Amino acid sequence: MPAILERSTLLRHTLFALVGIGVLLLLIHNLGDYRNSQLAPIAYTVCAAAGLTMLVGQSGQISLGHGAFMAVGAYTFALLQAKWTSSHPNVQLVGLLAAGVVVAAVFGAVVGVAAARLRGPYLAGATLALALGLPSLASYEKLSDHLGGSTGLNVTSPNPPTGVNAYRWQSIICCVSAVLVLWFLSNLSRSRVGRSFRAVRDDEVAAALCGLSVARVQVLAFVVSAGCAGLAGGLLAIINLTAGPGAFPLSLSLSLLAAIVFGGLGSMAGAAYGSVLVVMLNLSWAQTLTDKLSIHSAKVANNMPLMIYGVVLAVAMLAAPYGVQGALHRLRMLATGTRKS
Amino acid sequence: MRRGHIRLAAGGSMLLLLAATACGGSSSGGASSGGSSAPGVTATTVTIGSTQPLTGPAAPGYSEISQASDAYFKYINENGGINGRTITYKYLDDGYDPTKTVAQTKKLITQDKVFAIFNALGTPTHEKVIEFLNQQKVPDLFVASGCQCWDDVSAHPETFGWQPDYVIEGKILGEYVKKNFAGKKIAYFYQDDDFGKDGVKGLDMEIPKSQVVARESYQTSNPDIASQVQKFQSAKADVIVSFSIPAFTALLKLNALKVKYDPTLAVSNVGSDPLTLSGLLEAFAKQGGSTVKGSDLIQGVITDGYIASPADPTNSWIKLFQTIHDKYIPKLPFDGNVLYGMAAGYTFAQALAAAGANPTRDSLVKAVEAGLDQGPGLVPFRFSTSSHAGFTGVQIGVIKGTAVKLTGSPATTDDGNGPITAFDGTQPEAPANGIPTSG
Repeated sequence: MPAILERSTLLRHTLFALVGIGVLLLLIHNLGDYRNSQLAPIAYTVCAAAGLTMLVGQSGQISLGHGAFMAVGAYTFALLQAKWTSSHPNVQLVGLLAAGVVVAAVFGAVVGVAAARLRGPYLAGATLALALGLPSLASYEKLSDHLGGSTGLNVTSPNPPTGVNAYRWQSIICCVSAVLVLWFLSNLSRSRVGRSFRAVRDDEVAAALCGLSVARVQVLAFVVSAGCAGLAGGLLAIINLTAGPGAFPLSLSLSLLAAIVFGGLGSMAGAAYGSVLVVMLNLSWAQTLTDKLSIHSAKVANNMPLMIYGVVLAVAMLAAPYGVQGALHRLRMLATGTRKS
Repeated sequence: MRRGHIRLAAGGSMLLLLAATACGGSSSGGASSGGSSAPGVTATTVTIGSTQPLTGPAAPGYSEISQASDAYFKYINENGGINGRTITYKYLDDGYDPTKTVAQTKKLITQDKVFAIFNALGTPTHEKVIEFLNQQKVPDLFVASGCQCWDDVSAHPETFGWQPDYVIEGKILGEYVKKNFAGKKIAYFYQDDDFGKDGVKGLDMEIPKSQVVARESYQTSNPDIASQVQKFQSAKADVIVSFSIPAFTALLKLNALKVKYDPTLAVSNVGSDPLTLSGLLEAFAKQGGSTVKGSDLIQGVITDGYIASPADPTNSWIKLFQTIHDKYIPKLPFDGNVLYGMAAGYTFAQALAAAGANPTRDSLVKAVEAGLDQGPGLVPFRFSTSSHAGFTGVQIGVIKGTAVKLTGSPATTDDGNGPITAFDGTQPEAPANGIPTSG
């Protein structure tokens, strides 16, 4: 690697991101409609999972409620889209997604303030309640007229530029967003902020003695993480053409957690591996499996992903506690003969 | 502790690449199977798709519909198909959850490459994909819902309704209630979406507003309707007119029973299938720790129908569908849902036959616009180049035993202020071999 790239993290990450976007564009161009309609959900799940792995793996706080932040992003997108007509569809798209990020981040700040006072299972419980409670607000009698009840709000997908088909355009939007999120988070992780996250995670007292405000750092981690989930929610709304409570069940929050544990806590690449696993399980693999097993029951097929998450988590904990990324790292160490420090 | 070894962007994109190609397999190219003129059509087969509530709140009862359509298509296939082509019917579960419908519909179109979407079920669910289907120019035939919204030729040229819309149903049901319960207190119970609201719109055209003492809606995601029932009871409603799916009709009855409140129920067709309701009533009561005899609780419930009733075993359509039912899906009850599925399947076979020896998406749409024979229906369709609406009326009936006993004659009307008139045409006999011919 050239010396300048060794020295400048920002430059290195930017280069990786540009290469990543190039590779993805090439991939999207070569995939058919069906594969693109799977790639888009994988990419927005990467946004949410990357934010979550930052929170859990680096700042040491747990959240079982990231689906709720996605819901905030999606509803913000849908509500504003209905109010804002623009002659510049691309400007509007970026604006709406950014609004989803900001509103979700504000929610994250509120939750983060509470979270900074809670530890371990209590924090898990509080965020679990958020995942269950927030999406069902849409069906609350007094709000259902504004939030569309259990049917949800309609969203229109942005029109693709001429010559690009709709599936590819959705994939492009989602993949570019995912790469941006990964770029941002990896830079953040290598910065002072990222170091303060890890310092707080490893030892709160020591961190405080170094002059860090533990609560502030923890709240900041929630804000960043919720913002990423908000972006994922906005993208989900575009792909699903709707923002409705059914898109944000508890199992969504749990699957995000499964994704990052499977991929390797704290690792951005791991968030991507994990997202592929959970999305493909949901969209396709679980169905294929039940078909192969000749189980002709929609109920079994619907519950298969959850069952497999459970198995995967248990196996990952036993066989590869640092997830896929940890296992790869160990393999590389073995191959190069270096010992893990 | 592990250090943040984060080769993210590159790692992530590689990984996406890997996954997409690894799980990829064959279907990445855009080239469609050679020879045939339309997606989903080969020399010997036609593949169509649908989204259906095989699980979730609407599954009881409605999950039979797609199996019944499939049984009818299997019957056609074993008897030579339509214009020499067999029909492959792929129906995917969306759990009556609008957020799942889009993904499943995309799958049908991009992976299974279906010729057309047929009988996709549900108002809130199908509303999410109607723009998408029309944008992709996929024929969207005979939506299994009575929303008025399917009939919009200029905005949605590919979409066609099938069953009578809920406004028509509301008007005819409303007229019956107005005549037979003059001076009584009436309440409305309805699903909080375009299904319920369209129904109420029709009811309001007939029933004087002064007579309506309560209007309460429900969300499909919330089965707790005790407060709605309490409002009906405190308003002392004598009659509750309900535009609800079967599970919520059953919940309405049970919640009323619990507080010893026994109003007359008038329930729209989609929420009143007797066998479905009695099964649900018994299942819900069991969950609540008590036992009820489901069928006893629903005797006398007022409803309506637009296809022949299983209570009339001499009807040629009932005979045909009973034979197919007994051969292909004997484990399902022979109820209104099964009839619905088979009758809709028959209408599709009519359209496919009329679409010509080499059907295209365009010729299929044109075939329906040219008008279809009412088939197993009690009243005619409205299909034309200016209307994509289905059956134009219903016949009032009352639940008696395990079936709906139709009374009087069918009535027809329109979505506007048009009068309700008795329909005196006769239902055509089922074709001897049970398969429609073009012509």
